[in-house]
Amino acid sequence: MAEELKKVDVVIVGTGWAGGITAAELTKKGYKVVALERGKEQSREDFIGAKDELKYSIRYEMMQDLSKDTVTARSSMDETAKPVRNNNYARFGNDTGGASVHWNGVSLRWLPYDFEIHSQTVEKYGAKKIPENCTIQDWGVTYDDMEPYYDKFEKTAGVSGEENPVGPPRSDKYPNPPLKTTPSIELFKKASTNLGYHPYRLPAANMSETYTNPDGETINACMYCAFCEEYGCDFGAKGDPIVTVLETARKTGNFEIRNESTVTEVIHDGTKAIGLKYIDNITGAEYIQPADIVVLAGFVFTNNKLLLKSKIGKPYNPETQEGVIGKNFTGHFSNISTYIGARGFFDNEKWNLSMGTGALGAKVDDYAGDNVDHTDLDFLHGYEIRYYHLGQRPIDNNHVPEGTPAWGKEYKEKNLFYHNRSLIIRAKTAFLPNRYTYLDLDPTYKDELGDPLIRATVHYEEQDIKRAQHGVETCKEIMTEMGADIIDLVDVPDDVKFDSKFYTNHFLGGAIMGEDPETSAVNTYSQMWDMENLFVLGGSSFPHNSNHDPTETIGAFAYRASEGMIEYLGGEGGLLVEAKQTSKA
Amino acid sequence: MADNNNPKTESHDPGRRNFLKNTGLVVGGVAGGSLLGGLFTNQMKSDDGKKGTSDETAKVDPSHARVFFGRFEDFIVLAAATELIFPEDDNGPGAIGLDVPYYIDKQLAGTWGINGDDYRQAPFTNLEGLKKIQKDDEKVNHARANRGKIFLEGLRLMNAESMKRFDASFDQATEEQQHEIMGDLAEGKLDMKSTPSDAFFALLKQATLEGAFSDPLYGGNKNMDGWRMKEFAGARPSYADVIESEEFVKLDPISLTDYHRKK
Repeated sequence: MAEELKKVDVVIVGTGWAGGITAAELTKKGYKVVALERGKEQSREDFIGAKDELKYSIRYEMMQDLSKDTVTARSSMDETAKPVRNNNYARFGNDTGGASVHWNGVSLRWLPYDFEIHSQTVEKYGAKKIPENCTIQDWGVTYDDMEPYYDKFEKTAGVSGEENPVGPPRSDKYPNPPLKTTPSIELFKKASTNLGYHPYRLPAANMSETYTNPDGETINACMYCAFCEEYGCDFGAKGDPIVTVLETARKTGNFEIRNESTVTEVIHDGTKAIGLKYIDNITGAEYIQPADIVVLAGFVFTNNKLLLKSKIGKPYNPETQEGVIGKNFTGHFSNISTYIGARGFFDNEKWNLSMGTGALGAKVDDYAGDNVDHTDLDFLHGYEIRYYHLGQRPIDNNHVPEGTPAWGKEYKEKNLFYHNRSLIIRAKTAFLPNRYTYLDLDPTYKDELGDPLIRATVHYEEQDIKRAQHGVETCKEIMTEMGADIIDLVDVPDDVKFDSKFYTNHFLGGAIMGEDPETSAVNTYSQMWDMENLFVLGGSSFPHNSNHDPTETIGAFAYRASEGMIEYLGGEGGLLVEAKQTSKA
Repeated sequence: MADNNNPKTESHDPGRRNFLKNTGLVVGGVAGGSLLGGLFTNQMKSDDGKKGTSDETAKVDPSHARVFFGRFEDFIVLAAATELIFPEDDNGPGAIGLDVPYYIDKQLAGTWGINGDDYRQAPFTNLEGLKKIQKDDEKVNHARANRGKIFLEGLRLMNAESMKRFDASFDQATEEQQHEIMGDLAEGKLDMKSTPSDAFFALLKQATLEGAFSDPLYGGNKNMDGWRMKEFAGARPSYADVIESEEFVKLDPISLTDYHRKK
């Protein structure tokens, strides 16, 4: 029997950006908040001297322990899903701060087009432009609604950046100037400019200078040490939840993180959530933590699994297209959205590629979202071209031109020669939702507690493949202009299928937001339509994926949701936004 | 004898490869194997200093002992295979000179060797199913056998194949013969029970590169020579002063032993 604990105002699953922002905002208002974190306790002290590629980048020290829980994956409904067994295929964050501690820091706003993708597409190109199985829908908010929350996130995380020449309007400049530049970044920018594109520096939550955020938290200046992606920051120089919002919450005296606490169920009475049931990983003891507001701020798989397991909301059915939980699962899938592009090998150039930081680089947004006219293109949405100078480490970077033997003298010679002489530019593409890409519970494989694993079925539609191929061509064009002696393409074949890799943390959907309870799980304050005191935050609420990284938008919506929770707790309860019935009369 | 400050010049040891070839003559005999274990250890340590030390054992790197590999015969095939992948050349030492075989031995004895961080619940994928998987590392992930078992099967198969084709153990075969077997392994042409042989090749290559380029604390990348060859500066605290440089900035590498000592 689970022991029932004393009720608190708010209980949260997860301590990443979504949970951390909620904790900071609610505790500042005097509410008592408990966060349940299944991973271990960690602080900035843990990252001092963490410059160990094998431990962090190859053996995945900061990622979820897959021996206890993982996901299963398949590329179509006809297949039997296989479990994702090794972290090389699943880099899910874990421990205090979650994935937000080892993120690169790329801090991008999404586009006005993203939030109104369905109506803007129909308005501009007509409804026939939307492919048959494509399930794009509006979010129920506009970019203008979200702009103040974006601004707040950027100031909390201390984003270093410069204005995007083709980006949406901003109410204020970035709180910090751009990071230092490098010769290879300048080469990318020059080549792009020569071709008529509009490159700009990647907005980075890596500090270009020491910075104090509006909550009074100080983040140190970046040292460009090149151990950023997959690492906690040695210097407290990355805007992450540990050095910002979790610290802000802690200082109020109203906040408690319970580590090693795996949430197994949302306890509810059918209309309201009562609390969260969890197991102490160390002792095995079970508890129920009751609260006035229950917040699911776990990763996309955690949130969906908890909703499905707790029988909240109607599970999505791809045959009938009824139900919502699990619907519109999307992501930056590695072989179609992220790790594609052009690698150039330069015989007469050599760069300091061992140096760098997470979001050091530049990008081109000319093909982002609906920035180009899609009338004559065979896909919707777009891609960005990106060059990163994040600091390449030696185990993970052994790039040789195609045709080089896989081992032996010539292999070694070229491996060493090109280590500081090859650059990759990548097309980061959107992935639009479709009827056959969704989440449900796996019928075969179980987690360590005996509960079903979550199953991802990911089907690539033709427009996703065309978009990616277009992106690779643009990478090739820019790399040619950059003057590489050899260019190898990381190509997208016509018959490419989902490769079961969850290599970025950019996986979205399943508990999506909208205006209509028939087609969405939460409203724009991330409040469940079916359960007014249950808020489901994070990437799980995104109805589709953009070419932009999701973190800043997750942060912005967490600020909006927190505002809603404060209003809910201070008022009469009820839904913060009334449902707009549109799909079913 | 070279001095301490220039380990690179010592890494070119033309005798090492001949040693590997010659030892094959008696490998297999209990006494021979036992004797060779000691010889191999001495051969693999670099003679980097301890000048004037009269105690011979002081020169032996105490980490040069096997923890995973019981049979010396397996270990010597591993050494030859890794050296074939990443050979000694004008740039510097190869896998043996970088202590890659000892690195792999230690890794196989730990969590990685038993897939301890992986999801390991059945059902697994059978050999036919594994052959249909595109990515080599994913074949290993879905195999029922753990990495340690795959390594032992793969190395013994390479050796047996060499005996069958050339009447010579793998480490004793000519470079051309070794290439032939490695080529068949890499193309998935050798029949293994645990996983397709191309997956074992990918595993072996990945482990070799890890041993060449990971921090020396794990027992490979001896003297940080792997990093020197790549001109990678290791666990440097900051590049803030030099990252904008137009020129390539060559810096001596720093290991975590040095970096942590400063705390």
